[in-house]
Amino acid sequence: MTAPAYNFAYLDEQTKRMIRRAILKAIAIPGYQVPFASREMPMPYGWGTGGVQVTASILGPDDTLKVIDQGSDDTTNAVSIRKFFTKTANVRTTTATIEATVIQTRHRVPETPLSEEQVLVYQVPIPEPLRFLEPRETETRRMHALSEYGLMHVKLYEDIARHGHIATAYAYPVQVDDRYVMDPSPIPKFDNPKLDDCPALQLFGAGREKRIYAIPPYTRVVSLDFEDHPFEAYRHDAACELCGASDSFLDEVITDDDGNRMFVCSDTDYCEQRRALGHGPYNAAPADPQGSSHTGASPTEPA
Amino acid sequence: MTTLADSASDKDVMAFDAAFASQAAFRAVMNCMARPGTIATLKGIAAPAPFTPATAALVKSLADYDSPIWLDASFSAAPETADWIRFHTGAPLTADPAKAAFALIADPQAMPALTQFAQGSEEYPDRSTTLIIQVTSFSGPAFELTGPGIKTSRVIAIQSLPANFIDLMADNRELFPRGVDLILTAGTAIAALPRSLRIAEAR
Repeated sequence: MTAPAYNFAYLDEQTKRMIRRAILKAIAIPGYQVPFASREMPMPYGWGTGGVQVTASILGPDDTLKVIDQGSDDTTNAVSIRKFFTKTANVRTTTATIEATVIQTRHRVPETPLSEEQVLVYQVPIPEPLRFLEPRETETRRMHALSEYGLMHVKLYEDIARHGHIATAYAYPVQVDDRYVMDPSPIPKFDNPKLDDCPALQLFGAGREKRIYAIPPYTRVVSLDFEDHPFEAYRHDAACELCGASDSFLDEVITDDDGNRMFVCSDTDYCEQRRALGHGPYNAAPADPQGSSHTGASPTEPA
Repeated sequence: MTTLADSASDKDVMAFDAAFASQAAFRAVMNCMARPGTIATLKGIAAPAPFTPATAALVKSLADYDSPIWLDASFSAAPETADWIRFHTGAPLTADPAKAAFALIADPQAMPALTQFAQGSEEYPDRSTTLIIQVTSFSGPAFELTGPGIKTSRVIAIQSLPANFIDLMADNRELFPRGVDLILTAGTAIAALPRSLRIAEAR
């Protein structure tokens, strides 16, 4: 008889209860950041300690876990978190979005639409959307209490004044159910529309900043904008050079020292599934050598 | 070091572990809270009357020394309930509903006004009471729910709530983001009515 050296899914039961109570409050108050007593995890802050604690608190023996880092299942962060839960919780893991019941993510929302049976857990570095505009926690709390979000609109307006358009490309602020302004974590703004009316429960964990927040399924999530400068999802004006997808978010990969590059799907599972279905690259001239444009709403495929 | 993965060859043995029981109960109530009005069934646990098996499972999986519990008259009339809570959770009992993290209510007809419980503050609306209310069954008078977690609307039937329940919940919604959250139990079945909800009589 050897007793396990730690509890199921690493965290002790008291810690899980504390986090679970915070999750229930977070769901009941969509977009509000619930403070919680974040624990030290066997990985440094910035590697997803908030997401890991949320995942550890909801995970059960029947779950199938997927972990992505910038859309990829294969990067260090994703692989080590998957291994962590294989070792501490003995759960099944997968890279296929449709097979997963719990998906922990750093900075992307999967391209494959999520279902009601899934929970998406975001790793969040700075949960407070107003933090870079107002450093004092006491003040940002009051601003949330009063629903006083004028400062955020000023910030977006200054973007327009300086750049001619809203230059915020990631961590683009959203308003949840017409009440709380929330940081969707540093996902590209391309992913923002996926948060709205999503069938899956979305949980957000910030370990260093000790906050948990949530978006229940089918909740209205609106990206802040102006009537004359409406929100625009952005993607590179190109198709994936591996699977030909013209609807996915693309990573730009530098391929040599001569300035050559290629665009590939950021969501590795989406790209693999498409290639398995026989989709291939478009054999055409490479995309606009300037790389990108801001007409993301209707991307054009190379002829 | 022995890892769980090494010792977990027999999943059936692990299934009786407290960690799994409370995870299952939590996951059910999390899904109910995220999808208000849906009814889930818990693997309840036996506890002294008037505990329903589902209430006992919820208390055991969510309460500890950090979460004071308030008992209504029916619960406090049976001293074994307080002993059971102390023994199984270590949670302190409070006579002041405004200090409670959880309130256990066996007789919803006689429950105090929702505003007597902790409402949270404008800055910290999470510092509010979660009411666990035992109803006789999920049948009878029907309520139509709308709000976060519900695609269009959802109808739930709940027996034995106070006659002015819709008004109570409307007042609770008026305080948003302050307010209380409700978990309803009947036998081993549970449903949740978070404060974000809008509730009306079903036609």
